[in-house]
Amino acid sequence: MRKEKKNMRILNVWTHMRRSPYQTLAAVVTMFLTMLLAGLFFLATIFSSLVLQYFEGKPQITVFFADKATVTDADSLKKTLESTGKVASLKYVSKDDALAIYRQQNKNDPLLLEMVTADILPASLEVSATDPNYLRDLDPIIRKAQGVEEVVFQKDVVDSLLRWTHAVRWVGGILVGLLSLNSILIVMTIIGMKIALKKDEIEILKLVGASPWYIQTPFIVEGGLYGTLGAIVSWMIIMGVMLWLRPMLMGFLGMIPLISTIFGSLTTWAFAGVAGGFLLFLGLVGFLLGSIGSFVALSRYLKF
Amino acid sequence: MIRFDNVSKQFSGHTSALSDITVEIKDGEFVFLIGPSGAGKTTFLRLLIRDTVSTKGVIHIDDWNISTLPSSKIYLLRRKVGTVFQDFKLLTDRTVFENVALGLEILGKNSKDISTRVLDVIELVGLADKRNSFPLQLSAGEMQRTGIARAIVGGPSILLADEPTGNLDPQTSWDILDILKEIQKIGTTIIMATHNVNVVNELKRRTITLNKGRIVRDEEKGKYHVTIHEKGKKEHADS
Repeated sequence: MRKEKKNMRILNVWTHMRRSPYQTLAAVVTMFLTMLLAGLFFLATIFSSLVLQYFEGKPQITVFFADKATVTDADSLKKTLESTGKVASLKYVSKDDALAIYRQQNKNDPLLLEMVTADILPASLEVSATDPNYLRDLDPIIRKAQGVEEVVFQKDVVDSLLRWTHAVRWVGGILVGLLSLNSILIVMTIIGMKIALKKDEIEILKLVGASPWYIQTPFIVEGGLYGTLGAIVSWMIIMGVMLWLRPMLMGFLGMIPLISTIFGSLTTWAFAGVAGGFLLFLGLVGFLLGSIGSFVALSRYLKF
Repeated sequence: MIRFDNVSKQFSGHTSALSDITVEIKDGEFVFLIGPSGAGKTTFLRLLIRDTVSTKGVIHIDDWNISTLPSSKIYLLRRKVGTVFQDFKLLTDRTVFENVALGLEILGKNSKDISTRVLDVIELVGLADKRNSFPLQLSAGEMQRTGIARAIVGGPSILLADEPTGNLDPQTSWDILDILKEIQKIGTTIIMATHNVNVVNELKRRTITLNKGRIVRDEEKGKYHVTIHEKGKKEHADS
């Protein structure tokens, strides 16, 4: 019975929202934009963290050999590096090993597998120093070695990624913060107008002994619903974009195990769990933002 | 029991609405509050539901000092003290049933209890056949009955009525008085502010007369002593 009564009150809130469609639309659209941007920056932050983790977990230097280089060239470089006493680990990845890794990473895409053979993949040597400061000493030794075509320092990649990630976080944080403030102000204005319109009803409720909570709840729920509706729409758009970009995402970030597990197949529990969790997260943040707007309006326009 | 101890109320601009009021009203009493316009009757009632706060003195309802009641607890006082208004104060988008049910919804009662109790009270005030009507479809008397039903549905121990017959014709006024008498019979204390000379003189209940914010008379079986000023106004209205 109690549940039934609460449902009735929620229905009343819904009726109030429908009675002022333009105000509702304004609030939902503003919330949608905020949640869309918040959702996109949230995902960008997650993805960039995963990419960072991936590169941080890789060897500090990867030495790629030219096609004409022989195994002897690689062995010679290994010995030279070991003799410095500054190397913690060394791993030689032959052309065949590289192909095996490539096949493992692209096992779900037969077209990509058909196009690549061991000949076009370079052999490489993965080097980790005992101390990152030694990398500067090892660099000239590696570059002078026979058969070396390219040297990739993961530190450079990670530093570059870190700079981008920080920039994305700052810009995203400021934009989301400003839009959140805007959403709160819009919900506050709309709820403030509704409080003014219902002044007589609120006065009667107070006089007959309704508790502050009883009077305030519908307004808080209404603000929260604006946020939740905006969040649901933004989730649908973000998921649509993600599905559309999925092949590209897998191409760029497929080597990261977590991304490959989630986006490898859309029929897995992993994908459903992440999509559902993301909806829940956006919905909760939207509800919270809308409720804050209502709270501010109530504390400003409704005195007990 | 209601007790006013040296209560004064001054509004801004130094208008004194009540001055040094000391009075006691026992449980289950039916008290008329009379006096000319501006005498302080409405302020007296407003103080009892903390719609306004006394400038001086203390007001007790049973053991409760309502002068110091925090704002967040005022709703508890208003559940104990039902109020009937001259202008009815009904929600126009709700039916008679829904308006009366409001008094129980705010208490968190379940639908079944609300339905049973509301139908009983609607029956008591003689509105059974109008329960699905909206306020704008009702006569003034019916609206006032709805207001009374809403005020008593939660079972308050005190019922305040501020000019409940002010907008009603004589016959309807008597119908409302009959309902109030019935409510008193179940032990509810009733304080009714009125200008209705006939009602006060006929019922012969305790009558507190206020003038310029002071109690000028407090009689057990009081009468409405019409002042020359009021008499003139009444004659003018009759003509």
